[in-house]
Amino acid sequence: MKLNDMKIHEIIKPTFWKVVSVIIVTMGLVSTYSRFSLGLGSTTNLHDSVPWGLWIGFDFIGVGLAAAGFTIAATVHIFHIHKYEPLVRPAILTAFLGYSVVVCLLVVDLGRPENFWHPLVMWNVHSVMFEITWCLICYTTVLLLEFAPVVLEKFKIKAPLKILKMISIPVVIAGVIFSTLHQSSFGSLYLIVPGKLHPLWYSSLLPVHFYISCIAAGLSMIIFESYLIARAFPTEDGFNHTGLKMDILSGASFAVLIALILGFLLKIYDFAENGKFPLLTVPSTETYLFFLEILIGTLVPIFLLSYKKLIEDKKWIYLTSVCVISGLVLNRLNVSITGLAAYSGVNYFPSFDEISITMMLVVLAIFAFRVIAKNFAVFVSDESENLVNEKEVATTKQIILSERYE
Amino acid sequence: MLNENGILFDVTLCVGCGACYDMCKEVNNLPETNDDYLKDHLSGNTFTVVEQYEEMYARKLCMHCNDPACISVCLVGAITKSSTGAVVYDADKCIGCRYCMQACPHSIPRYEWGTTKPRIRKCNLCDDRVKAGKLPACAEVCPTEATLYGKMDQLIEVAKNRLKNNPDKYYQHIYGLEEAGGGHVLIISPVPFEQLGYVSKLPNEPMPELTLNAMEKIPSVAIGGGIFLSAMFWLTKRKNEIAKEKNLLKGNKENEIK
Repeated sequence: MKLNDMKIHEIIKPTFWKVVSVIIVTMGLVSTYSRFSLGLGSTTNLHDSVPWGLWIGFDFIGVGLAAAGFTIAATVHIFHIHKYEPLVRPAILTAFLGYSVVVCLLVVDLGRPENFWHPLVMWNVHSVMFEITWCLICYTTVLLLEFAPVVLEKFKIKAPLKILKMISIPVVIAGVIFSTLHQSSFGSLYLIVPGKLHPLWYSSLLPVHFYISCIAAGLSMIIFESYLIARAFPTEDGFNHTGLKMDILSGASFAVLIALILGFLLKIYDFAENGKFPLLTVPSTETYLFFLEILIGTLVPIFLLSYKKLIEDKKWIYLTSVCVISGLVLNRLNVSITGLAAYSGVNYFPSFDEISITMMLVVLAIFAFRVIAKNFAVFVSDESENLVNEKEVATTKQIILSERYE
Repeated sequence: MLNENGILFDVTLCVGCGACYDMCKEVNNLPETNDDYLKDHLSGNTFTVVEQYEEMYARKLCMHCNDPACISVCLVGAITKSSTGAVVYDADKCIGCRYCMQACPHSIPRYEWGTTKPRIRKCNLCDDRVKAGKLPACAEVCPTEATLYGKMDQLIEVAKNRLKNNPDKYYQHIYGLEEAGGGHVLIISPVPFEQLGYVSKLPNEPMPELTLNAMEKIPSVAIGGGIFLSAMFWLTKRKNEIAKEKNLLKGNKENEIK
């Protein structure tokens, strides 16, 4: 924590990614200022026919990709499959940062952000949005409680650790339930617009679709991250145990495969039940986008992961994780934007300010991930978590703020 | 519902004079938005419009549903049902999520995009005027009685009689009586309603029921999930312990043999 530990010359040394990040964040800050001083009308491309745009779409994506926070925590702490323990902390950190981005974007998107606290005291229990808001609040609290031990261990604050340890299992269970409820409820938001959302996506099973797809995409996000971190972060400089653990990642990929197959079967059932197959032969933008989404997000990954050779190869599972993540991004944007375009009769494309604020938040989240991962024991070896932490505390006393974007 | 009030709009009687449009602007203190009222559209400053379809004129305004989607989706309860039957909005509660705009089956609510303190804007069936014993502005000013205001049961009676007595003049359907669970604005016309720009193919069930089906499952998911996860926690823990004990026993036996 001493100032002389910070390698100042390294912090200010310009690198490509550092320059790009600073530019994105500066633009984002300017856009944020104009959004709050000028209002939504002049800074976004939203209007009466398109009341929800990129920000809401991105919220769906952020929440979906952060889903590993509850699946991995449940796998390790509820189902006692301790093999996956090294993924718990990265997953929880990812989820927490993902949810932070989502909450910031939600507030930016609100027409009256100064009233953001109203749902706490003004209740309408019939509203899906109300349920989502409360689940978001509760689950972000759960993530804080789940990550708190990492911070407390670092600063050797023992007293609250005992309490956290005592309540840890109920907290994990609550986290799984809150996640299940709001991940699916993002789909429920659209149940009330059967006439507006394109039938390729509208289904009474939307909440189930959302839930299954977030499980696959959340795990893929962790695989994607692990690969990038193993490649980019050196083992020195405060980073330990960032190396790839192939048996874990292959196991996670297998879970992705199962979730994808389940999701695909559910889609087929939904299409058969509602006689939607003829829709697939109608030439339209929606149909092409739907095919693209299914191909990239479901069929290609299922195909790739079915080969034992490929599921054990880090390059291939990295590629499949990119596919699954892209599939989820496409799906959420299709449901929240493209699927509604035909009804509204307007082609919406986000404005510069919408894009720059979103990009700023993503860059800030990645930056926060780096700083936290560097200074706290986020990556631990596959030995028992607690043992390792003691070691970590001993070896990484200094907080290193230097960022090397190479 | 039948004792509440509503509007009956008869397309065959409307001459497209735009008096309702002007009077609505006047009582709601709304600025002018278009030189030609027939070309105007609903907006943050326009709560009703008169649209021309060949020789016919059709009014568009909030349908004041019996079980409104907007009320069910509003997470802070900023939209409520007045005792008169009108669907009214309280800007002080609103957080501006705009879910009501997304959810409305008739796509009625509009937004004040240009301000930093935006409100949802739509017809409120002149709730204050009605409570003060007056008629809604549009009904009061209509010179041909194309827009009638009154008790719902009486309006339904009038509409049914007109359809029955003049089967050649009217398309045999009262729009707004059953669409999306029905509402407090009824429309009768000589032609099918999609030809006049009204949203057709709406289900007769109130829209909130679609959400309710999913929301109902929340308590069972929460309780069932809690029980399932707790059970799995104990089961897998016990399983691991047993496996450990077995390993220990094995180890001991091996030691004994040695």
